[in-house]
Amino acid sequence: MKRGGLTREGWIRLAVVVAFVLAFELLCRLGVLPRTVVLPPSEMATSLWHLLETGEFTADIVSTLQDVAIASALSIALGFALGIAIHALPRLRATLEPLLASYYAIPTFMFYPVFIVVFGVSDRAIIAIAVLLSIVAMIASTLTGLDRIPRVLRKTAAIYRMGLARRALLIDLPAAAPHLFTGIKLAFAYAFIGVIASEFILSGQGIGYQIAYAYNNFENRKMYGLMLLVIIVATVANAVLDTIDRRLQSRLRR
Amino acid sequence: MTAASDGAASGVEIAPRDVHAQLRGVTRVFPLASGAGLHALGPIDLDLYHGEFFAVVGPSGCGKSTLLDVLAGLSPPTDGTATFEDKPIDGVPDGVGVVFQEDASFPWLTVRDNVAFGLRRAGVDEAEIKKRVDYAIGFMGLRDFERAYPAQLSGGMRQRVCIARTLVLQPRLILLDEPFGALDQQTRLLMGDELLRLWRETGATVLLITHALDEAAMLSDRVGVMSARPGRFIDIVETHWPRDRDSRIVSDPGFGAVTARLWEKLRVESLKLMGTRP
Amino acid sequence: MRRLVDFILLLVGIVAAWQILHWIAGDIALTSPLDTVEHLGKLLGTERFWLNVAETARAFVAAALISLIGGVALGVVLGLSRTSAIVSEPILIALYSLPKVTLYPLVLLCFGLGISAKIAFGAMHGLIPVTIFTMKAILQIKPVYWRTAETMRLTPGQMAWHVALPAVIPEVLAGARLGFSLTLLGVLIGEMFASQRGLGFMITSAMGLGDIATIMAVALFLSVFAVSANALLLLLDRTAAR
Repeated sequence: MKRGGLTREGWIRLAVVVAFVLAFELLCRLGVLPRTVVLPPSEMATSLWHLLETGEFTADIVSTLQDVAIASALSIALGFALGIAIHALPRLRATLEPLLASYYAIPTFMFYPVFIVVFGVSDRAIIAIAVLLSIVAMIASTLTGLDRIPRVLRKTAAIYRMGLARRALLIDLPAAAPHLFTGIKLAFAYAFIGVIASEFILSGQGIGYQIAYAYNNFENRKMYGLMLLVIIVATVANAVLDTIDRRLQSRLRR
Repeated sequence: MTAASDGAASGVEIAPRDVHAQLRGVTRVFPLASGAGLHALGPIDLDLYHGEFFAVVGPSGCGKSTLLDVLAGLSPPTDGTATFEDKPIDGVPDGVGVVFQEDASFPWLTVRDNVAFGLRRAGVDEAEIKKRVDYAIGFMGLRDFERAYPAQLSGGMRQRVCIARTLVLQPRLILLDEPFGALDQQTRLLMGDELLRLWRETGATVLLITHALDEAAMLSDRVGVMSARPGRFIDIVETHWPRDRDSRIVSDPGFGAVTARLWEKLRVESLKLMGTRP
Repeated sequence: MRRLVDFILLLVGIVAAWQILHWIAGDIALTSPLDTVEHLGKLLGTERFWLNVAETARAFVAAALISLIGGVALGVVLGLSRTSAIVSEPILIALYSLPKVTLYPLVLLCFGLGISAKIAFGAMHGLIPVTIFTMKAILQIKPVYWRTAETMRLTPGQMAWHVALPAVIPEVLAGARLGFSLTLLGVLIGEMFASQRGLGFMITSAMGLGDIATIMAVALFLSVFAVSANALLLLLDRTAAR
């Protein structure tokens, strides 16, 4: 990727996205897509602006972002630790891996009532579900990262007569770092999905809940404004993480 | 210093035939899952003399790399003794440097930080690090790439980084495990010249593992030919090259004779290997 | 043999952990493994349960087929040109990491409250991973394969059938595995939020009644299904990768 300025593909991508938004706008304005179903993007944007200005949902936005931050941090830390532990036990890993692969088919949301009883009605139940959803990505990335440390680098560490702790810090960690970052990126994305989805289906607060509430009360303007907010936040956050990720990965390309 | 003819003036004078590292009755048996052992190497007897350039050739899977691992202290012999500078090898000895076939440069460090890595680990003071790193970087022709990351370099350049990284530690015994195996033929010849230059300049003892007969014949004072597994030395060929040789030695009339003798021995072993493959 | 023993040990471990959690949390939070299996057995004997299973299965199969066929077709089209692949990849990844629940109201407004909304929502989850994996697979076919095919004077049809298809199948299967998992998740979320039928609906109504036993039983049923379906696909994956 070129630094500063867009590549040719970057420009095409931008054009595609802009064209899509404009076409969407046009179809709405022409009445092909009825207003009862969807609002034109421009009105979503003005609605979002209005919502942010009045501060009607500021508490919900803060609560959602806070939950996402806590859930991501927890799954990154716990997932990393668990990944190291599982990597050290190859037999456990061989048995566990097929289960991890089908993990996403299990709708973690159904354990919400369990968490409500354990944690009480609070953010903690939502965070628990988001952690449950995102931790596996971090575990898997940690395993990949540890697998991909070239054997020759470990041999090199032996040549420099490094102890286990020094090797872990100076060789293993930086060698695995690009894969670990991919895990961090995914953990964040899944934590975001987990928090919003829990709020949407189950809870009484947060952006997800407000979207569901607006839907049930036929408040399309509010609903689409908030929807746009989620799309923007998720896209920007993921784009930033993705750019860092690609830069780290390019160091590995050999 | 590029001319081959002024070599006698450069480098360190070495007392000949003075044993630097020694293997006596070394064998290596790897335990297998079935409970039996895989006899990979030996028994091997070898005297490496101070300041010599010794190459090891052998059919694939004959235990060449295992031999190097024993000398590097990376894996202890199953049987027999290995000594370096009259001390038994137990763990990686001080004064031994290793260059591997695989690219062992650290992708997260710049070329300069890669080269300085071992010195920083050893707690050498910054002024000394700067001096030695500058020298090694200049010596290996990496001056223009100091700030680059390995991913931005070619395979040959990355191997130079690894050699420079070993060089700065001023090893007295340098072990190279097919260091040019992944490079193209022209680059190999030129890297061979660099290696000779480094060997002359440092006065270190060099043990080179290779599968390329011409490389062994061109670089070495002596070439050990190993048998198919379990690897033993079946011949040790002396080349009698002058110390200030370089890759142009390949046009020397004696060169053909050396490679012919190496191939004669090795051919039989390689045939055995092909015939006995399960 | 050892793998089987390990697997059984793992199962025993999971059940033990579950039992211990049950002792800690109590019956209101978490029914014990034995009670859950018993309750599931009871559910399996009722007609209502199987009606819900059939409803979810219908939506899932339809959504999975759309994801697979649509994803492969889209992936092939985008993967044939390097430019279109580079242009579309970040867009696809952004769509993948979007919390798609927020878009569910839009789906409901478009498709109404019936089964088609669930199918559409399930397909939204499954389509993208299949597309991404297929696209990358097509892109990564070694150029030397094409040249070999050309020197053998294969027709474009033969190239597609004998070279491209076998080369991409393992990747497509990997994408399908992830895609199907997410499709099921999508269908269930759809049922949980707005539906009067299906396993997702069973869960939400059980939640409303505080009926933990039913929730756990359905969760067990779904987990066993998901894990075994996935194991089957993994097996297929291994055979395809020879």
